Amino acid sequence: MLAYIIKRILYAIPILIGVNLITFMLFFMVNTPDDMARAQLGAKQTTPAMIAAWKAEKGYDKPLFYNEKATGTAKLTDTLFVNESLKLFWFDFGLSDANRNIAEDIRARMGPSLAIALPTFLIALVTNISLALLLVLFRGSVLDMSAMVVAVMIMSVSGLFYIIAGQVLFSKIWHWVPISGYESGWSGVKFVLLPVAIGVFAGLGSGVRWFRSIFLEQINQDYVRTARAKGLSEIAVLFRHVLPNGMLPILTGVVVIIPSLFMGSLIMESFFGIPGLGSYTIDAINAQDFAIVKAMVFLGSVLYIVGLILTDISYTLFDPRVTL
Amino acid sequence: MVKSLKFKKEQGSSVQQWPAKWFVTILLFTVTLHAAVWNAPYPKEEIRSNTLFSVFSSPPKHLDPVRSYNANEWSFLSQIYEPPLQYNYLKKPYVLEPLTLTQMPQIVYLDANESEVGVENESVKFTLYRFTFRDDLVYQRHPAFVKDTDGTLHYGSLSEDGLKKIHTLDDFAKTQSRKVTANDYAYAIKRMAVRQYHSPILDTMMQYIVGLRDFSREVTKAAKAKFAKGERLDLRDFDIPGVKVVNDRTLEIRIYGKYPQFLYWMAMNFFAPIPWEADLFYQQKGLKQKNISLDTQPVGSGPYYLAENSPNRRIRLVKNPNFHLERYPGLTAEEANASGVSKQLLRDSGKKLPFIDEAVYSLEKESIPLWNKFLQGYYDASGISSEAFDQAVQIGSGGSMGLSTAMKEKGIRMVSSVEPSIFYMAFNMEDPVVGGYTEKQKKLRQAISIAQDQEEYISIFLNERGVPAQGPIPPGIFGYEEGKKGTNPVVYDWINGKRVRKSIDVAKKLLAQAGYPGGISEKTGKRLKLYYDTTATGPDDRALMDWRRKQFAKLGIELVIRATDYNRFQEKVRKGKVQLFSWGWNADYPDPENFLFLLYGKNAVVDTDGAGINSANYKNPVFDALFELMQTMPNSPQRLEVIEKMLQIVREDAPWVWGFYPKSLALVHGWFHNVVPNAMANNTLKYKRIDPVQRYGKQQMWNRPVLWPLLILALAALLLVWGVRAAYRRRQSRVIQKGEA
Repeated sequence: MLAYIIKRILYAIPILIGVNLITFMLFFMVNTPDDMARAQLGAKQTTPAMIAAWKAEKGYDKPLFYNEKATGTAKLTDTLFVNESLKLFWFDFGLSDANRNIAEDIRARMGPSLAIALPTFLIALVTNISLALLLVLFRGSVLDMSAMVVAVMIMSVSGLFYIIAGQVLFSKIWHWVPISGYESGWSGVKFVLLPVAIGVFAGLGSGVRWFRSIFLEQINQDYVRTARAKGLSEIAVLFRHVLPNGMLPILTGVVVIIPSLFMGSLIMESFFGIPGLGSYTIDAINAQDFAIVKAMVFLGSVLYIVGLILTDISYTLFDPRVTL
Repeated sequence: MVKSLKFKKEQGSSVQQWPAKWFVTILLFTVTLHAAVWNAPYPKEEIRSNTLFSVFSSPPKHLDPVRSYNANEWSFLSQIYEPPLQYNYLKKPYVLEPLTLTQMPQIVYLDANESEVGVENESVKFTLYRFTFRDDLVYQRHPAFVKDTDGTLHYGSLSEDGLKKIHTLDDFAKTQSRKVTANDYAYAIKRMAVRQYHSPILDTMMQYIVGLRDFSREVTKAAKAKFAKGERLDLRDFDIPGVKVVNDRTLEIRIYGKYPQFLYWMAMNFFAPIPWEADLFYQQKGLKQKNISLDTQPVGSGPYYLAENSPNRRIRLVKNPNFHLERYPGLTAEEANASGVSKQLLRDSGKKLPFIDEAVYSLEKESIPLWNKFLQGYYDASGISSEAFDQAVQIGSGGSMGLSTAMKEKGIRMVSSVEPSIFYMAFNMEDPVVGGYTEKQKKLRQAISIAQDQEEYISIFLNERGVPAQGPIPPGIFGYEEGKKGTNPVVYDWINGKRVRKSIDVAKKLLAQAGYPGGISEKTGKRLKLYYDTTATGPDDRALMDWRRKQFAKLGIELVIRATDYNRFQEKVRKGKVQLFSWGWNADYPDPENFLFLLYGKNAVVDTDGAGINSANYKNPVFDALFELMQTMPNSPQRLEVIEKMLQIVREDAPWVWGFYPKSLALVHGWFHNVVPNAMANNTLKYKRIDPVQRYGKQQMWNRPVLWPLLILALAALLLVWGVRAAYRRRQSRVIQKGEA
């Protein structure tokens, strides 16, 4: 397995270089270093001298990919792309264009994002699987059909509606929880309740339908019939046989998400005043802060690759036929 | 037997008491739940304390006073730093007064030989400002001030091990303070000169402060060398020729020529004192990497210090125990009347400032949670978003704005004022079609100006939150005039004591005289097509763009909207590749020069490599000459006369469609006092007062939890579980029966 993981990590390097290259090209196609300087300096009258000083400080006065003024290999290495990309592979994200330590900011914002994303993910997973198994148990019944209609209805409504409706109903009218805010530790539980509940509810429709379809594929298999023939109760059949055999497709869709939970949710965090990573990239794009954009895109790619590796590893845990 | 009977009897009575006990317990529990407030976003002790709760909508990027130039950042910075001057909180029009000075600066005019001359003398070459500082100015406590016996900074060279334990300033065991001196004010100006610190006003100040340009070159070079080696830059080793520290309490600044507006700059944070200890302390690389720098952790002598800076969540200001004596301002009855100040606002006159012990600002990016928390009493004040406008404000038949009944019942007050700002639509005067200075070209612009129905725009898109502009100078600034005298005669008629926009027929006649009868060019026979550049690309902007097209269509002109991103838009304006575009300006200081320079020829954006602020590229030699004359005049009838002439010229030339002056509206709760709209003053927290007892009572009353839905939800859950269980049992038995069959 170790050899497999090393191989996958080595494969990841060209992917990450490629992602970086695309980020550079896309960003600088839209924003020139002069535009970035103007956005960062924020002055009413931005003089050429101010722009030049800012670019020199940030290294944006260097050419993007090819330095004609340099000699030898420096023509390629003394460029913005190489200077800014190499550090990323050591997870040295440096300072943002507004002079804040990016790694420090990510660390500070990761906790609040996880405080929402992790419980939402876990509760949603358990709820969706349980409800899907329940519907499979009553498949074809009125309950099953009604639940599917409700699931489609839940899916059809925008997540933003649930957020606003939840805030109005539970916070404004019934006064159960604060509308927005965040505290770390146990005193912060009351701030997390509503966003987690809304997150779970908003994902209920699609989640239950997906898990139900996975379990329905298993329910008519021969091994299930055999289990029933052995006299097992329907619940035992579902939990001991159908659920473990349905795990492979579930793992494919679920494990890959786990590392991305760190990245947070833009709308949820914005509406509930959660100081997480959700809006970090969008804010950086709006502020033309390339240092943050490239760091976050890189981190996102790394987390996705880690998610894929974890998915492969998890297969070996649930299916003895799979070896890495 | 007797014992046994007794036992049974007791047991029996106990059983009989069960329902009653349960009922009482549940009742008590319910009452307790109902009485307690669940949705408070702050701890109870904090709510009951003398703390202000407010919001900020975007995280402050820079808190370094030499760099920050943003209202959002200044709302914090101005409570911490103290420049030499401030605006009187209550007086209108805006008046400067000493903040850290014993008196207003002494001004001496000098000729080329440095001999004193009169202000009117044409040989004035320099102006000398002498600042005498108060003796009781003391910095907040800070680790940077801790010194060892030999005078070196105790925390001046932190080791890697020492840095490991440091995450915030609170992690430093020792703090100290010291008096503010004139050297600290000089040090701030020296910092401004270092290019690497990116001061937005350096290039402006270089034109005035003697020797600042050369000094900037010198220190920028020194900084480059030092920073490259990882060393710190100590600006005490450098001196600016035009800035002289006479003694600990006296500073002299010499500027070229006459520039009366210089005093307004002295009320800005760029000129607040910076202690050299803090500058050197924060230059340590290890601290920067932990986001501890002068850009995140200010060190000032103002009424508050920054106790917590979590820019993505919360910013907390706490009363500075070292703050010098300052009292709430008072006004004479005449002054109060002239400034529109009520008696209530004068109740605290003479009392010691600040009133509020702590201010907690929370980041609220969305308007809906902010508005609801304000209604629940968890924010002491709020603006009015467009979504909440109808709920908060009632528009009277005459267009007057008042609070809705719901707001009045909550004891909420409305505070409104016209901002010293202007939003306008500019013609690029370099453009061959809409620009130029011939009679025909002027008439085309005048016709378009009449056709743009600003009153309709303000009603539809601003909920009446604006005043149609009559020229570049907004209300509250010297040179703005009310009534007929202040009316733009090109666009309005003065009828029965009111401004009435000229009819579209007048505009059509002007258009015909301009060579475009009915919007058709006499030269080409084609319909006049104009291009409007904008960054309004969102779906919400469609209605606005349709309205714009409609205004031009009234004259038979076709308007083509060219939507683009902000970078490209700015580039086009800088290079003069636009025809029509909208722009705005907020006052830096309350002087007409700060608005009229937007039309001064030498500031034309195409001639200044994009650095100018005259984005319409308007150049009229007569206007420019009058501007140069007006620029150095004190506010007087003579100055007003010059300004009137200038306004007459620009109204005729019409380089802008004079759009509107925005009106700000804010709502404040009944427990929040001394709230006065003052667009120029930023250091206003110290004047405000709250009544936390009243606030706590109202919050308790407005936020009692509603419990019946909980009961229904619990019952529904129980029913569901019971139903599923029963269905499962039925299903299991049905399967068995089939098997048996």
